[in-house]
Amino acid sequence: MKTSLIVDDSRMIRNYLRSSLQALGFEVREAVNGCEAVIRCEESMPDLILLDWHMPVMDGLEFIRLLREGGGALQPKVVFCTTESDIAHIRIALEAGADEYVMKPFDRETLHMKLQLVGAA
Amino acid sequence: MQISKTSRRILADLLKSETGQSFHDSRQWRIGTALSGLSREHGIADLDRLIATLSTSRRSPLAQTLVEALLNNETYFFRDRAMFELLAKQVLPRLAEARATSRTLNIWSAGCSTGQESLSLALLFAEQAPRWEGWTISILGTDVSAGMIEAARNACYTPFQIQRGLAVGQMIKWFDETPRGWRAQERLRKMVRFEQHNLLDALPRPTSFDVVLCRNVLLYFDDVTRRQAFDRLASTLAPDGWLMLGAGETSIGHTERITPDRALRGLYRHTSFVDARRQTGPARNAAGRI
Ligand SMILES: C[S@@+](CC[C@H](N)C(=O)[O-])C[C@H]1O[C@@H](n2cnc3c(N)ncnc32)[C@H](O)[C@@H]1O
Repeated sequence: MKTSLIVDDSRMIRNYLRSSLQALGFEVREAVNGCEAVIRCEESMPDLILLDWHMPVMDGLEFIRLLREGGGALQPKVVFCTTESDIAHIRIALEAGADEYVMKPFDRETLHMKLQLVGAA
Repeated sequence: MQISKTSRRILADLLKSETGQSFHDSRQWRIGTALSGLSREHGIADLDRLIATLSTSRRSPLAQTLVEALLNNETYFFRDRAMFELLAKQVLPRLAEARATSRTLNIWSAGCSTGQESLSLALLFAEQAPRWEGWTISILGTDVSAGMIEAARNACYTPFQIQRGLAVGQMIKWFDETPRGWRAQERLRKMVRFEQHNLLDALPRPTSFDVVLCRNVLLYFDDVTRRQAFDRLASTLAPDGWLMLGAGETSIGHTERITPDRALRGLYRHTSFVDARRQTGPARNAAGRI
């Protein structure tokens, strides 16, 4: 079973993403900010991370930079899921190592297609 | 939103005469959603009376608005990606050989909605730019709806639309962020052109198309109309051209003129072309490719 980690401070969005990923056959874990996500990744590295940008304690950008620099050889696919929808943010995310980028709002089909594009679904 | 049986019949007749589409029972609910918006917009309470006026004035702006509201225009970039990969990897290389002298390709997206399908095609060529240098690639998108054509010509997409089917890399490489949305760049737009046209009518300028896409359009037609539409598509398809239907669609049982391509699933050829190849055996070129 493919494993995933959802990193978002909104419970509503975590729930939505969780049911979307479960429908695609993923095992799902959750974290409410980048700090907690680091701990979850240390426990075991998932195949896929859905990552919000703005979160308290540690934001998504800081998290992905840490992950890509120090996360080791087994790197997960990382898809940003955020309300930031301008090209400047998108470029920064891609440069930091994001594989895909989903702008909120989006629907399940869009998410599914993005996961197919990165080879995660 | 409730309307009378008579009103429903008038609307169904209108849709049929303007677009060829049939109103199946399963789509009745669509009338309600389509009309509730309109009645709010126009402040109309008695829809039945309004609809009654339609039977005498089909060309009125209201009639057109109603027809447009009743159409399903769902679309997205690279819908059924595997099909576009088949085009890029199997069909385009063959066409590059077959049209090496004229260096011209004509492609038709019939029922193009807001243009994503046409632009996906343009993107396939743009992504193989070196191969197509010096070629004239022209992609025609047509739709019965004026509103769809206007949107397609603008080539501006909301964040929601732009990310449906496009990889983020493709999005930032081929589209510009503008105040009106994500706009396809000139290098894509110069390959496509959009015209309002009913698939059941003859094309304004008869063209022989090397590839025709008619995807997720024919399913709304009844059997007789679908047969007419296949006739139209077959008449415009080059003798050795390819037709691509939607993922769940087929020509089988709807026309004798078109036959599935046995090697490339989801693509269709002229029956006469397939038969001729079957008799003489496939012509092979130096590379052994059919
Ligand atoms: C569901 S969309 C499909 C768009 C695109 N081909 C795709 O597969 O994503 C169907 C489109 O066909 C158009 N259409 C319906 N009847 C038509 C007709 N008779 N002639 C031309 N277009 C038609 C509709 O306006 C609508 O935009």
